Amino acid sequence: MPKRALSLSRVAIYATLLAACAVYLIPLLIMLLTSFKTPDDIRTGNLLSWPELFTAIGWIKAWDSVGGYFWNSVKITIPAVLISTLLGALNGYVLAMWRFRGSQLFFGLLLFGCFLPFQVVLLPASFTLGQLGLANTTSGLVLVHVVYGLAFTTLFFRNYYVSIPEALVSAARLDGAGFFTIFGRILLPMSVPIIMVCLIWQFTQIWNDFLFGVVFASGDTQPITVALNNLVNTSTGAKEYNVDMAAAMIAGLPTLLVYILAGKYFLRGLTAGAVKG
Amino acid sequence: MATLELRNVNKRYGSGLADTLKDIELSIDDGEFLILVGPSGCGKSTLMNCIAGLEDITGGAILVDDADISGMSPKDRDIAMVFQSYALYPTMNVRDNIAFGLKMRKMAPAAIDDEVARVAKLLQIEHLLGRKPGQLSGGQQQRVAMGRALARRPKIYLFDEPLSNLDAKLRVEMRTEIKLMHQRLKTTTVYVTHDQIEAMTLGDKVAVMKDGVIQQFGTPQQIYNEPANLFVASFIGSPPMNFIPLRLQRRDGQVWGLLDSAVGVAGSAHCELPLGALEAGMENREVILGVRPEQILLGAVEGQPSIRAEVEVTEPTGPDTLVFVSLNQTKVCCRMTPDAAPQIGESLVLRFDPDKALLFDAQSGERLGLLGKTSAAERASTVTPFRGR
Repeated sequence: MPKRALSLSRVAIYATLLAACAVYLIPLLIMLLTSFKTPDDIRTGNLLSWPELFTAIGWIKAWDSVGGYFWNSVKITIPAVLISTLLGALNGYVLAMWRFRGSQLFFGLLLFGCFLPFQVVLLPASFTLGQLGLANTTSGLVLVHVVYGLAFTTLFFRNYYVSIPEALVSAARLDGAGFFTIFGRILLPMSVPIIMVCLIWQFTQIWNDFLFGVVFASGDTQPITVALNNLVNTSTGAKEYNVDMAAAMIAGLPTLLVYILAGKYFLRGLTAGAVKG
Repeated sequence: MATLELRNVNKRYGSGLADTLKDIELSIDDGEFLILVGPSGCGKSTLMNCIAGLEDITGGAILVDDADISGMSPKDRDIAMVFQSYALYPTMNVRDNIAFGLKMRKMAPAAIDDEVARVAKLLQIEHLLGRKPGQLSGGQQQRVAMGRALARRPKIYLFDEPLSNLDAKLRVEMRTEIKLMHQRLKTTTVYVTHDQIEAMTLGDKVAVMKDGVIQQFGTPQQIYNEPANLFVASFIGSPPMNFIPLRLQRRDGQVWGLLDSAVGVAGSAHCELPLGALEAGMENREVILGVRPEQILLGAVEGQPSIRAEVEVTEPTGPDTLVFVSLNQTKVCCRMTPDAAPQIGESLVLRFDPDKALLFDAQSGERLGLLGKTSAAERASTVTPFRGR
């Protein structure tokens, strides 16, 4: 139907979509272009102009100043994401399949965790980390992120497992499987979509976190978000916008990559269980 | 291979609520096929879960081969179950589904392969072993679910409404297959259903349940011919038993029930049924007469009470035609051969066999024992049947 594709409503739809794309993509384009310009080029040219000379100097300088913190973020994010996802899956499994007296109340209270603003837990968490001797350490930040993320991951997995027939667990019990065998052999292999949702959600949350990073880490243990802030907000010397942009790109790339690689699972997992069949 | 005995089993959820199961008492011998039948919510599935160990009982004991298993965990009970939803493991193929229970029991891999092959051959699912459950039809999933239970060679099989998700034709086929399988393997089986035809055709013993109480426990013939109360009588049989309200009368030291079809032919619209010897308190009592549709026959016969009635509706079902008339202002269904079936509005003569008629107490619904029923010869001399059609 090549002729119908050009109808007025089609054109309107594509124009709207293109405009929406532009709104999101132009800032990214500006960042990319700026990161490859020389400081002189930035001062003389306008925002959208093509670089006179592509140079990686901004990226190299940016990596020199935030590269170490990038690895800090990796060391915080990966264990925190994996631990919170695994614990969330276990919690969800228990809350959906092994109900105990008061489990509904327990789940309800846990849900409060999803509505707690970061700021509320700052002081208690800082006190607890101090008591545990984990203040200003990477493990301390991992712990905070795991605890804070558990409410979300538990909610995801519990709601996913509720839609799975309990007879499956009963059948496995009669077949002689125990608590962890049923979890590992029957339920986890069925959980790929929701695991993906959890990984993406937690990765984005933890990688992009600034507040916990700035409060609970200092100096060498700071995550990249805090390092980026320090770099951009520095008031000494001339503003090197190319370095700022490159550093911001470095800080944003991992989440972008995760979305590109696992994005299709994200949509699939979020809608799983919403429609039966 | 095992006997199963339930002693005074009770189940109560939470506290202060009504019992879900009340004093369940039954026992079956090695190799017997027990049917638990009843309407939704009667506790039959709960009872099955209790036998399987998926739910704990709150009183009584469950004995397999005279050993109490009520404290054991499901995996130690050596019981296999086929679920209504089949509950196949979706990420495993058919082979792994069947082998899972054997792997969990640490059977040698070679022995597992042999066992899977044996079961697959028995159920004719050899060509499906590599497929995932999602790629199977309902009937095939059903077979795999049975295969998973068969592979373990357990002491007892439990079937939880296994045929209710199949279409009508497949259901009849699988019913026959389950019966054949049981005849071949002779494993003690408990089978839950709400389908009274499955109950009658499959069971060696049937337990009819309602509100967590066993209403009657016996062979299918006992349940059908001598139902303990109105509930059992109405639940078993299709079309259901006719229930006609009656007031008992006394004459010549006997109890009689009067039927009235309100057809305007003098003398023939009434019929007196001899219902046994008079017992204390029977006189003038309101009772309910239970007659199965196939026990009402066409045409008068010497020595049997009969009545003339007008046909209100007919329902041809194929093998039979159901004919509806009114007796004592109650719609009564009679099952007839299609050849003999009358037209609507036609008046016809119906006869009853008083030996097969059942009486139920109108208040409690319990069946009244017809003790001291008069013999057929005696009755012949006292009954004046209406003659001719």
